[in-house]
Amino acid sequence: MAASTLKIENLHVSIEGKEILKGLNLEINGGEIHAVMGPNGTGKSTLASAIMGHPKYEITEGSVFLDNEDVLEMEVDERAKAGLFLAMQYPSEVSGVTNADFLRSAINARREEGDEISLMKFIKKLDKKMAELDMGEEFAQRYLNEGFSGGEKKRNEILQLMMLEPKIAVLDEIDSGLDIDALKVVSKGVNAMRSDDFGCLIITHYQRLLNYITPDKVHVMMQGRIVKSGGAELAQRLESEGYDWIKQELGIKDETVGQEA
Amino acid sequence: MSVDTKIAFDQDYIKSFSEKRQEPKWMESLRLKALEKSENLPMPKPDKTKIDKWNFTSFKHDVPADAISSLDDLPKDVRELVAKDQQSGNLLVHRNSTPVFHQLSEELKEQGVIFTDIQTALQEHGDLVEKYFMKDVMKVDENRLTAVHAALLNGGTFLYVPRNVEVDVPVQALYWQEDPEAGLFNHVIIVAEDNSSVTYVENYLSYGNDEESVANIIAEVHVGQNARVTFGSVDNFSKGVTTYVNRRANVARDGKVDWALAQMNDGNTVSTNTTHLIGDGSNADSKTVTIGRGDQKQNFTNQIIHHGKNSEGMLLVHGVQKDSASAIFNGVTKIEHGAAKSNGEQTQRVLMMNEKARGDANPILLIDEDDVMAGHAASVGKVDPIQLYYLQSRGISRHEAERLIIHGFLAPVINELPIEGVRKRAVEVTEGKVN
Ligand SMILES: Nc1ncnc2c1ncn2[C@@H]1O[C@H](COP(=O)(O)OP(=O)(O)O)[C@@H](O)[C@H]1O
Ligand SMILES: [Mg+2]
Repeated sequence: MAASTLKIENLHVSIEGKEILKGLNLEINGGEIHAVMGPNGTGKSTLASAIMGHPKYEITEGSVFLDNEDVLEMEVDERAKAGLFLAMQYPSEVSGVTNADFLRSAINARREEGDEISLMKFIKKLDKKMAELDMGEEFAQRYLNEGFSGGEKKRNEILQLMMLEPKIAVLDEIDSGLDIDALKVVSKGVNAMRSDDFGCLIITHYQRLLNYITPDKVHVMMQGRIVKSGGAELAQRLESEGYDWIKQELGIKDETVGQEA
Repeated sequence: MSVDTKIAFDQDYIKSFSEKRQEPKWMESLRLKALEKSENLPMPKPDKTKIDKWNFTSFKHDVPADAISSLDDLPKDVRELVAKDQQSGNLLVHRNSTPVFHQLSEELKEQGVIFTDIQTALQEHGDLVEKYFMKDVMKVDENRLTAVHAALLNGGTFLYVPRNVEVDVPVQALYWQEDPEAGLFNHVIIVAEDNSSVTYVENYLSYGNDEESVANIIAEVHVGQNARVTFGSVDNFSKGVTTYVNRRANVARDGKVDWALAQMNDGNTVSTNTTHLIGDGSNADSKTVTIGRGDQKQNFTNQIIHHGKNSEGMLLVHGVQKDSASAIFNGVTKIEHGAAKSNGEQTQRVLMMNEKARGDANPILLIDEDDVMAGHAASVGKVDPIQLYYLQSRGISRHEAERLIIHGFLAPVINELPIEGVRKRAVEVTEGKVN
């Protein structure tokens, strides 16, 4: 498997007629970990949702390509099968469908008919990944996210990431609501994925997570655009000084979407 | 489609049909009276569903069927309905309403259990059948269809469990409509005498597409004191079959009935499931799952009526509506005056898979006694697009995502069905309907 590239150019996204993303550019290559940081309400989740094809978000301009495939032309499931993954900020709960059945369907969806993963192999892999994430065995048979605590849902998103092994993953606030031990476990999971074939975009508004997963590039998002990019040191500066210096530098009064510079 | 609601059978036909079946005189005259009454009785009026244009008159009544010598003579998919533990057990197979295969263990025979088709029961246990046939539980003249049922009865099962006998393996009846135009007028009587217990499982199935026919089914269940009846059914009639099904139980003191109904017909259906909790401390638990698809119209009335003190009733209904199917779910909890300290709970949930599907859940609580507990929950909703998005974001196709959601929605009921065979079959039929 060769390394993949996710290329986002001049992306404009609206929700219910309101423009949220206003010309966003970003390129993520296999082997790289990017972090997108920014205060609340600056369009980070909108970016993630637009990449995955959330039904409420409308792309009005721009393009998203995974290698030479036009992502915006694809159905949601085709995007996943092409190698994209999104760990959602607020994962859905699906009653009556066990985690294990769901994961097996997801794995088999990317395999040819007649070439489904054997139950033995699946269980072995699931057990291994759950152990790595300190998840109790009972999670396999619990209904998908139903009644999970915030932290359990986040772990479950990472479990899916590890089971599905995408080429490019977007992790939207995978750290929020996690205590330090859970944060370490989740980071361990993501770090275990690190390889030349895996690219990752971590969305967060705390620097905390980046102590455990060192990013190659850090981007700051405000008003629906990336307003500053740098290396890991940028995250550290944000941690110690906050966002105000960037706002001053760029003459931004209100960083949330809908406010003009 | 015929809108004529008068059936095309006369007194002579009924007389000779009854004679041919060597029925006791009382049955012949009951049929004839029923036929006469049917002409003036009104059609049933299920709440919020109009059935006056449905076909209740176009069907073949007396369709011949060859007996089978062993279960291996059954087509594969019919054979698969026979529960594994049933192969040397207690089984009755009807083919186009004619009994063609029968098995009852020696042990049960020795204990006095009767498990036979209704025709044989009328011949061999006429007096016993007469005691229970449309007397206390159902009446012949409740509406036109109950009367037509009695007049045209052409199949069914009689299950009698004497006092203190506990039947620990399920008995199963299979009603296979090989000819899609064959009408089925099926009558099931279950009598569980005091302190007895039994589990009865029935499967209805027909094949065919638009061939018109009618299924008119009545089940009467008598639960004696401290007796227990578990009644499981998987209904699976094809698209052209209009079904009227009325299953009802009377439960005596400390008795219990459990209903596990997978109502998976593909044709228009009006179904009533009723339990009268007559005795003090009697108990009913009624679980129903259904999937509507195509342009099917259905009406489900599930009711538990409390007469006895300290009686307990639990209704649970989960229905999925696909395509442009529509269904009305009426859940009735009725607590009569004097049924003090009774508890009646009901939950009805309906999931609609698209814009054109319709579902309505009506919780009806009729409480005539102060000192009781009663509760209800009802919800009707469309499939959540964000849930679909979530599943699809993992590579699962829209179709597969819907499949998972439907199975998931029905699972809390299916998993609780008290009979393994019904549970399995309900999952299989669900699978067939969502694929
Ligand atoms: N479903 C929605 N309906 C209307 N507005 C929304 C919706 N989701 C997000 N927004 C708006 O879009 C902007 C960006 O939101 P979001 O992308 O979630 O930000 P972030 O993830 O950076 O906190 C906010 O102003 C928010 O109010
Ligand atoms: Mg967000």
